[in-house]
Amino acid sequence: MFEASELNLRNQRIQRLYKLLFLLMTLLLIVPVILILGTLIVKGGSVISIDFLFTSPTDGMTAGGLFPALFGTVWLVAVALIISVPLGIAAAIYLSEYAGNNWFTRIINLAIINLAGVPSIVHALFGVGAFVLFFGFGTSILAASLTLAIMTLPVVIVATRESLQAVPYAFREACWNMGATRWQTIRRVVLPNAISGILTGVILEVSRTSGETAPIMFTGAVFFTPFLPQGIFDQTMAMSLHLFVVSTQVPGVPENLPYGVALVLIAMVLLMNSISIAFRTWLRGKKKW
Amino acid sequence: MQTTASASDPQQAPVKLAVRDLTISYGNTTALGDVSLEIREHEIFGIIGPANAGKTSFLKSLNRMDMFNSEMKVQGDILFNGLNIRHLKNIYALRSRIGVVFPLPVGLPMTIYENVALAPRLSGLKNKAELDVIVERCLTRAALWDEVKDRLNSLGSLLSGGQQQRLTIARALSQEPEVLMLDEFSIAVDPVTTMRIEDVLKELKHEMTIILVTNLVQQARRLASRTAFFLSGECVEIGETEDLFTGEVKDARTRDYVEGRFG
Repeated sequence: MFEASELNLRNQRIQRLYKLLFLLMTLLLIVPVILILGTLIVKGGSVISIDFLFTSPTDGMTAGGLFPALFGTVWLVAVALIISVPLGIAAAIYLSEYAGNNWFTRIINLAIINLAGVPSIVHALFGVGAFVLFFGFGTSILAASLTLAIMTLPVVIVATRESLQAVPYAFREACWNMGATRWQTIRRVVLPNAISGILTGVILEVSRTSGETAPIMFTGAVFFTPFLPQGIFDQTMAMSLHLFVVSTQVPGVPENLPYGVALVLIAMVLLMNSISIAFRTWLRGKKKW
Repeated sequence: MQTTASASDPQQAPVKLAVRDLTISYGNTTALGDVSLEIREHEIFGIIGPANAGKTSFLKSLNRMDMFNSEMKVQGDILFNGLNIRHLKNIYALRSRIGVVFPLPVGLPMTIYENVALAPRLSGLKNKAELDVIVERCLTRAALWDEVKDRLNSLGSLLSGGQQQRLTIARALSQEPEVLMLDEFSIAVDPVTTMRIEDVLKELKHEMTIILVTNLVQQARRLASRTAFFLSGECVEIGETEDLFTGEVKDARTRDYVEGRFG
């Protein structure tokens, strides 16, 4: 009674075919990652050393390390985060917890989607016009970080809003029924349970921000400076721009140097992502419902 | 039966909640039409009826939960202790006087202790010793203390369904409500726990007014002094619970529902 009919066999063949197809597509995704990492390690691995990480470029940037660029990127990312994280989280809380479902909210949501779709070079030009010139910050860490912050704001807003929405509505209702205000509910029930998602979004923002080149090259990052930035109104070198410079702008750079810079940059991003994943796993383990 | 008679006697028990010409609608759909009734202090007022009768909407209108749902429109007057709640500015004070228990238990994602201490903390109580007293008292009254007293710091959401529902009741009691509303509390609870909660409710009615929405007609018979029958957004009948079950009804649909011919 369990003999396979012609139709059963056909369905099973098709099912196997689709499974194989999807598996191939998945494997295809890994190929570029392996190729990129492999190339960087093989060609640039030889330049990586403690000295490379902690010294300045020398000999017209054809030798030496990349410390000013590494240091500058940390500055840029940190200032960008200080600006975009509170702003983004506040906006997301408003949109998720307070805003009614009306035309105003819909326009804001549309604006966020459009902001996420603006090309980074347009953000760069906006940054030049607004922060460098209009506000008079000059080409500085502040102007560059503000530009980066605006560019990554949608990431923070969307990640935060989604983790807030993932907290069951029944929790809010139970809290309101006790006479809690909306803010008391957010503060005591919603935020503590959304925090893992919010932090993950923030760390993803870090990894994206640290790799951006266009928004900073006109607003605060420089080709070369022998000085480390002393404050937010100084210019700085940055990893992404440094990579662009040593790859294309400077003659006589040894072939493995740009690969080494790229390797450090990508290692930095991967490190951030790994921390993010580990952190998320840890917080999920503590999930309370 | 003595308490039942006195509780439902208009001469003796003051009116706790008066509802006049209450109509609740969602968009163009009317969920409940033109209900007028009075609920008296220290009675258990039962509301029976099949799904979609408007029972839950009725409860939501009593503590102004319609404010959180832009679709939900409430017309008519609701008087709490004689005060019209429609124009009430401080709805938070109203809500803290009304405890609510949902059909599915909602153990908030915090410890058992924090679940029960939440409402007092929201109203500004910080003293640990006082909170301890409240937590123990409420858990005891909800018949849960003996089962959880050694693990007050474990998560409330890890309790079994029946325990969580008693935790929800303890939490509702922690705000020292004047009115306790239960919305089909036994839906996700085993029969033994249901009976334990019913015993708790019989005790609690000496201290507060209880509104019991249930789809189990026998539960209403066991607990409620008076019962209203809602059907498809209409309040078909309100009467002494015993009258409803002994066939002394004004509307034949009530008898059919109570005897299990539909619903």
